[in-house]
Amino acid sequence: MAIAIKVEKLSKAYQLGIIGTGTISRDIERWWAKRRGKEDPFLTVGEVNDRTVTSKSNVVWSLKDINFDIQQGDAIGVIGRNGAGKSTLLKLLSRVTAPTEGTIKVKGRIASLLEVGTGFHPELTGRENIYLNGAILGMRKKEIDYKLDEIIDFSGVEKYIDTPVKRYSSGMYVRLAFAVAAHLESEILIVDEVLAVGDAEFQKKCLGKMKEVSTNGGRTVLFVSHNMAAIQQLCSKAIYLKDGRLEFKGGVAEGMNVYYNSMRSGGATKELLFTKRKSSHKKAYISDFEVRLTDNNRKIQISVFVEAAEPVEKTEIAVGINDGLGIRLVTFHSRFTAQQFDLRQGKNELICLVDNFFLKPGPYNMNIFLGNKFEALDYLEDPIEFELPEYVFYAASVMLDSTQGYLMADHQWMIKNSDYAAS
Amino acid sequence: MLESVEHEHWDMVIEPHGHLFDLKLRDVWHYRDLLALLVRRDFVSFYKQTVLGPVWFFIQPLFITITYTFVFGRLAGISTQGLPAPLFYMAGITAWNYFSECLTKTSTVFRDNSNVFGKVYFPRLIMPLSIIISNLIKFGVQLGMFMVMMLYYGLKGAPFHMTAYAFLFPLVVLQMALFGLGAGMIVSALTNRYRDLAFLIAFGVQLAMYTTTVIYPLSSVPLKYKWLIALNPMTPAIETFRLGFLGQGTFTWPSFGNSLLTTLLIAGFGIIIFNKVERNFIDTV
Repeated sequence: MAIAIKVEKLSKAYQLGIIGTGTISRDIERWWAKRRGKEDPFLTVGEVNDRTVTSKSNVVWSLKDINFDIQQGDAIGVIGRNGAGKSTLLKLLSRVTAPTEGTIKVKGRIASLLEVGTGFHPELTGRENIYLNGAILGMRKKEIDYKLDEIIDFSGVEKYIDTPVKRYSSGMYVRLAFAVAAHLESEILIVDEVLAVGDAEFQKKCLGKMKEVSTNGGRTVLFVSHNMAAIQQLCSKAIYLKDGRLEFKGGVAEGMNVYYNSMRSGGATKELLFTKRKSSHKKAYISDFEVRLTDNNRKIQISVFVEAAEPVEKTEIAVGINDGLGIRLVTFHSRFTAQQFDLRQGKNELICLVDNFFLKPGPYNMNIFLGNKFEALDYLEDPIEFELPEYVFYAASVMLDSTQGYLMADHQWMIKNSDYAAS
Repeated sequence: MLESVEHEHWDMVIEPHGHLFDLKLRDVWHYRDLLALLVRRDFVSFYKQTVLGPVWFFIQPLFITITYTFVFGRLAGISTQGLPAPLFYMAGITAWNYFSECLTKTSTVFRDNSNVFGKVYFPRLIMPLSIIISNLIKFGVQLGMFMVMMLYYGLKGAPFHMTAYAFLFPLVVLQMALFGLGAGMIVSALTNRYRDLAFLIAFGVQLAMYTTTVIYPLSSVPLKYKWLIALNPMTPAIETFRLGFLGQGTFTWPSFGNSLLTTLLIAGFGIIIFNKVERNFIDTV
C-alpha cells in the first residue's frame, strides 16, 4: 500500500494574548536576534500546550513534533480532548494555515470539510450556491454541472433549489451544504466535527455517505469527532492527540482504550485545579465542589462552593456530568428548575440534591457553569474528575460491569403466566 | 529501490515557509471558475440587496461631479482646459473611483473573508482578482454614463474631440487595475500585522486623490511640482484617459512608460508579499 500522507516533525506554535500591540517593536527585536544568528526570542522550546497552567511566554505549541504516515484508503479517526490539537492538525492538512516547523507530504488531492456551507451567500439561490460552494471547495464548473442532479437529489431540497438560501430552514441549509461536499472528487477527504449539525436521520445519511466514500471509493478519510460511536463505525484506525503530542497511532479499538484510560488518569484533578484558581480575580468564582451520597444512598448531593468578591444577584448554576470519554450524561441546571440565587460576599455553597437518578460508582468528570443573565461569571470548561464511591444500590448488592451501562434505577420484575392470569 | 523512488513523488508538500517567488499561478488557473462565480456573486448580491440596486452605480459619481463642478469649477475657478467642467471631472472621477475601490476593497480582503479563509483552502489571490474584476463591471456602467454625457455635450457642440490615444484605453484600465491590486495587497499584508494602519487607508486614499489630476489638469501644475505629480502612476493614467476621450491632457511616452513600469513593480511586489502573509494570516485575525 502506498502512503497518502506523510507527516514529519510537524509543529505549530500560536501566540497568545493581544497580538497587534507592540508587534512592530517585537518584530524589530526578532529581526535583530535573527541577524545575530540567535534563536527567535519569542519561541520557547518545549513548552507543552496545557491550558490549566498559565504559561510564562505567550507562545503555545498547539502541535509538537508529530510524525505519522497514512496509507492510501485508510479511514482514520482523530481523537483527543478539546484543545489537544485536533483542529490545528486538520487546519494544517487543509492548508488553511502553515506549520511552524516540519513538513506534510501528500499524494493526491485533498478536499477538506472543516465546516459545511463555507462561502454560502444568503442572497443566492440554492443552485447558485451549489456552484459557488463547489468551486470554493475546488471543483471545476464542468464537474459540478455533471453532478448537479445527484447533489440536488442527495440534499432533498429540490423543491426550493431556485429559492435564495436565506429563506431556507437551518436543516435545509445544512443538507444542501453537505450534499455539495459529499460529491467532491478527491483522493483524500478531511472532515471535522460537521456531523454535529442536522437531525439524526441526516447524520446517519452523512455517515453512510462517508463510509461509502472510504470503503467503496478507496479514498483516504481523516475524521475528527467527539462522537466515539461514529468514529468506531467509520474508522479502522485512530490517531490520539494529547496536549499537542501524538500519544497513540494504531487500530481504532486500541486507540479508544488508550484514550479512555488516559482520560481516567490524566484529566485535571480537583486539587490541582482549585489550588491554581485561588488567584482568580473574578467577581465570583467556583472554588471547590463535592459529590456525595446521602439519604441512605438514595440521593446524590452535589455541592458547589463559590467565592464571591461582591454580592451578585440572580445567578444561575449548572453542573454537567460526563463519562470517561467526555460524553455528557446529564445536566443539572438551575434554569431547568426555574431557580436563581443571590450570592453573598464571601463563601457560598450551592447544593443540588438529585433524586431518582443513580450513577454507578466509578470515575466521572464534570463541567460547572456559574453565571447570570448578563455574563458568565465562571466556567470550568475543561472537565474535572471526580469519583463516585462504591455504594450498595441493588438489593443483591451487585456492581454494574462496563457492558451494563452507567445508570441504576429502582425497578421490580414480576411475572404473568397462564396460572396467574387464570386466578 | 523502486519503491523508495516512488515514494519520493508527492503531489503537494506543505512546509513552514514557501518559496518567495512561488506564486501558485497554476493553482489560480485551476480555480478560474471560482473567480467567475465570485464576480457573479458580487454583482448579483449587490443588485439584490439594495433597494435602489444598480442605480447607486450612477448616483455617486453624478453627485460628486455636480459638487466638484460647483466647488472647484465655479468657486475655486480651477482650469478644466476649456472642457465642459462636468465632463472634465466625470472623466477623472470615473477613473479614480475604479482605482480607489480596487485599492480599498483589496486592502481589507483578509478581514472581509476571514471566515471563508479560515475554513477552506483556495489560492487566496483569487479574492483580490475577483474584486478588481467585479469593480470593472461598476466601472463599465459609470463609463457608459460618461459616454452618455459626452454624447449630450457633443450634440450641444461643446469644444472636445476624441483622439487616437483612446486606443490606449484598455492599457490604462489594466494599469489602474494592477496598480489598485498591487497597492491594495501591500496594504492588506501590512494591516494584517499592524492593525492601526487600517485607519490610515480611508483618508490616505482621499488625500491621494489630490496628488493626481482628478480635479485639475497636469498642465496647470507649477513646473516645480509637475514631476512629483507625474510620478504617481495614476496621473498619466487619468491624463491619457482625458486626452483620448476629450482631447485634452498631457501625454509623453516616457512618463506613460514609467507609470506602467512602476505599476508592474508594485503589482509584482504586492503579489509576493500577499502570498507570504496569506500562509499564516488566519492565526492573527
